[in-house]
Amino acid sequence: MEKHDVVVIGAGPAGLSAAAAAYDAGAHVLLLDRESAPGGILRQCIHPGFGLHTLGQELTGPEYGAHYAREAENRGIPLYRNATVIGLTPERLVTVQSPEGLRQIQAGAVVLAMGCRERSRGALGIPGTRPAGVYTAGTAQKLINCMGFLPGKRVVILGSGDIGLIMARRMTLEGAKVEAVCEIMPYPGGLTRNIVQCLEDFGIPLYLSTTVEEIHGKERVEGVTLVEVDGQRRPIPATRRFAACDTLLLSVGLIPENELSRQAGVPLDNITGGPLVDSRCQTRVPGIFACGNVLQVHDLVDYVTQEGERAGKAAAAFALGKSRRKETLPVEPGEGIRYVVPQSLTPGQELVLSFRVSKPCGAVVYRVRAGEQVLRQVRRPRAVPGEMERIPLSRELTAHVREPIRIEMEVAK
Amino acid sequence: MKRSMACIICPRGCALEIDLENLTVTGNTCPRGEDYARQEVTCPMRTLTTALRVANRENAMVSVKTAAPIPREKLMDAMEVLKALPVNAPITLGQVLLENLYGAQVVATSNVESGHT
Repeated sequence: MEKHDVVVIGAGPAGLSAAAAAYDAGAHVLLLDRESAPGGILRQCIHPGFGLHTLGQELTGPEYGAHYAREAENRGIPLYRNATVIGLTPERLVTVQSPEGLRQIQAGAVVLAMGCRERSRGALGIPGTRPAGVYTAGTAQKLINCMGFLPGKRVVILGSGDIGLIMARRMTLEGAKVEAVCEIMPYPGGLTRNIVQCLEDFGIPLYLSTTVEEIHGKERVEGVTLVEVDGQRRPIPATRRFAACDTLLLSVGLIPENELSRQAGVPLDNITGGPLVDSRCQTRVPGIFACGNVLQVHDLVDYVTQEGERAGKAAAAFALGKSRRKETLPVEPGEGIRYVVPQSLTPGQELVLSFRVSKPCGAVVYRVRAGEQVLRQVRRPRAVPGEMERIPLSRELTAHVREPIRIEMEVAK
Repeated sequence: MKRSMACIICPRGCALEIDLENLTVTGNTCPRGEDYARQEVTCPMRTLTTALRVANRENAMVSVKTAAPIPREKLMDAMEVLKALPVNAPITLGQVLLENLYGAQVVATSNVESGHT
């Protein structure tokens, strides 16, 4: 049977950097991707804004992906294209379907890097008819940027996350009229820079505390009912209004794609939707590691790359028998914190805590505690759920920790 | 007179304020914010990215960008120019596809192989 030290599932930014890092740590590595080319979602993200942290320059998605694809290629890491992993066992037996047929590969360690997918209309349960013209924002992005097909001419976008904002601009540039972007929350989901350069630049209105209540149309979308919501997100009937459009784009959240993880018995976090991991990105199933959007949905690809490097290095150490199973302590979200990754740590290892706040605040102080002891305290000028926060903990800081770690937020005075 | 704006240079998104008489900028945390605010009140500039159909390949697209920002008010005109621009494979990342689009080069941001036909 085919054997590799480290098998990386997914050749997007997480998988590519994990593969390179595992190789650099001395492992024989295999990359698998169900698409015909590496790069993952970056291939369709043709806008700029990638690489400011890791590469010190602003690149478009395809350029950023190509950079890391070259890194893997230069190392001679094999990539099986059009290769879909359809089975994974806790013993790390990987079943792959590809044009060459079905094959099984035994991995010394596995890195899960399958990314995430979009929440769809079904997940929201928007009432109404089921006409053509309802797309997730990412699907529209792929149609326009990779296939040259404009999916509509008059558009309403539900959800103000970055993908929704980027698509508002993209469709406008391609000649469509974007009637509105609606956001059910009282604050926008995406980065301020995208509100400015994707909406304000083109005079596209953003309606906060507003959602789509119903979809109209028989064969094709003919319009949607917009409605404002109150503080409990209940529709206010008096505010109902009809917005004519032929297309509704949904940008309403991303879900880590963990079907394979579940198959392998990897326990998941209820909040992140990704595996529970330790400070080395190892899941609760020994030898299976996770990084990138399959672990937690990121805002910036740069941090995906860094997470991939950590996972790849740790996977190589496991496969080469260089890592010993060590005792771990739980890491938990405290007051004001929605989740934290990793969910456990090993004393004496350095790590980065990634987390999101529960709701927007002004200036805040984050405290990382081990019992009563404060390990680190960090001030930030503002806190919004749309932006992942990161706090690194050094080896020295975690060396003598004996109690569970908790991260909490306090509004700064 | 003062004007407030959010800086769009990086994801940090500083809240800037610029005095329209003497062009002094406050609220920035790096020099790029100062340049951005001055540019924004004189002639706003944006990098344009789009995707073009590859003429000699079936169902192939190449992603492109302006190598430097161009005037914001020219974005839609620039799209018209690019839509009419014939591009043919093979195309390599970084290849200049148009020398001058409102003052900037247009370069490919992806590779397209020549194909087998």
